[in-house]
Amino acid sequence: MNKKAIAIKCAKAAFIGLVLLLLYAPILLLAVYSFMDTDVIGTSGGFSFTHYRALFTDDKVLAMIGNTFSLALAAAALSTVLGTLGALGIYYSRRRFKATMCAFNRIPIINAEIVTALALAITFVAFGLPKSYFTMLVGHMVICTPFVVLSVMPKLKQMDNSLYEAALDLGASPAKALFRVVLPQIVPGVISGFMLAVTLSLDDYIVTFYTRPSGFETISTYVFNATTRGNAHTASTLASFWALTTIIFVVILIVVISANLAGRKKQKTEVRR
Amino acid sequence: MRLRFSRKMLGIPYAVFLLFFVIIPMLVILFYAFTDKEMHLSFENFIRFFSDPTKLSTIVYSLVIGLITTVVCLVIAYPVAYILARSKMKKKFVILLLFVTPMWINFVLRVNAIRELLNWMGLLGEANYFNTIFGMVYDFLPFMILPLYTTLLKIDESLYEASADLGGNAFTAFTRITLPLSMPGIASGITMVFLPSMTNYVVSDMLGNSKVTIIGKFIYEYFGTNWHMGSMVALVLLIVVLLSTWLTGGLKEENNARGTTL
Repeated sequence: MNKKAIAIKCAKAAFIGLVLLLLYAPILLLAVYSFMDTDVIGTSGGFSFTHYRALFTDDKVLAMIGNTFSLALAAAALSTVLGTLGALGIYYSRRRFKATMCAFNRIPIINAEIVTALALAITFVAFGLPKSYFTMLVGHMVICTPFVVLSVMPKLKQMDNSLYEAALDLGASPAKALFRVVLPQIVPGVISGFMLAVTLSLDDYIVTFYTRPSGFETISTYVFNATTRGNAHTASTLASFWALTTIIFVVILIVVISANLAGRKKQKTEVRR
Repeated sequence: MRLRFSRKMLGIPYAVFLLFFVIIPMLVILFYAFTDKEMHLSFENFIRFFSDPTKLSTIVYSLVIGLITTVVCLVIAYPVAYILARSKMKKKFVILLLFVTPMWINFVLRVNAIRELLNWMGLLGEANYFNTIFGMVYDFLPFMILPLYTTLLKIDESLYEASADLGGNAFTAFTRITLPLSMPGIASGITMVFLPSMTNYVVSDMLGNSKVTIIGKFIYEYFGTNWHMGSMVALVLLIVVLLSTWLTGGLKEENNARGTTL
């Protein structure tokens, strides 16, 4: 009986391990080759930082990375403000308006991204708006803001409503009560909404492609174009993206694991109290 | 007269934003789908869409690719979620995190990594359909694991004890307890995987050597040439989305894996 239990345990661990191995195989392969002086995976090469050097010295690549991150930060910041205000408005409004807003808020979430993108692109042209940084920013806000609303809403529902009333009774103006009493209670939801908006925007290819001004390249648009319509001189640029993938992966791994270990510790001490 | 401040008003900017950039664009799609180039009412796009054999076969292809991707994801994700959810290991959330972490790497860079792996294995350009499904499973697997894990974790351990006390074996416990109680997770996982695998042409273009055409790709092709036809395809997709959300009982917001922040 004991032997059987051990065998089952081993089989479970082996299964999990195998799936994880498959999941990480492509990234590990890129990570290994990012340290070699070859542009083609599978060919042998010596250890070198060529791809890392190329990544940090190629102006074109640096511009793309800058574009991607500045767009993500701008879209996330605007989405967070809009979405937090939206969530507050929805929370305090009457039932019918609340239900309508929640339903509309879900449209960009469940919709296929390509449908959202095409609809926006055609609408911009139909209303005489040429594609610009503004249209692209709006496109990113359309995909990010609903998630901000969804992450702020639960915090509003958990909130103690009497505190706001108390603040008003004590002479605070509604605006002051909102800033000093309501906002601090929903801050965790606002922060996670912002983080989510950043990752959604960073990840996006389709909406960017349909709404961007001409000549504007992000990491996604460049890599997609280079791989599907690749030619010889994009090979070395693509190889420098192996280095970028490796860096992003390591940073994410460190951030995610450490944030969670820290978060769990905090939760535990709170429970103990 | 000064307008009195009410907390409801905070929602006005977002309501206006939704109206202009979500509602109106959907109406614009509807308008374009049922008009011709002179902007006259026309059902020509509708008729052309449903009488064109290449279009219909592409829809069937997309459905099949979506279906296979979803089934493969479910077959891999269910045991993973089940083992992790019922494990008594203290640090199991770290392992769950490992399954989700690749999701934070830029989508296109991730697909590019799979492309390099397939190229290295000599499969790129050789097995286009296999490569496309492989890439989709790889990319959408976390969307299946997360909702399954959250629903499985909620199952009360005492139900299993009761089942064992009443003489049920492991198989009956699974079919009578685990499976029915994890249905909401399965439904959310299916919606999260099935829709993008039918429409996300980034994967099929980069891994299928541009030889695999799925519905989403049509929209791209018509975007350059015929907006009215493109809108018709988008409208059909929109209806598919609404139907499948309705069929799976609506996407439970708590189970939305894209909305997971850790």
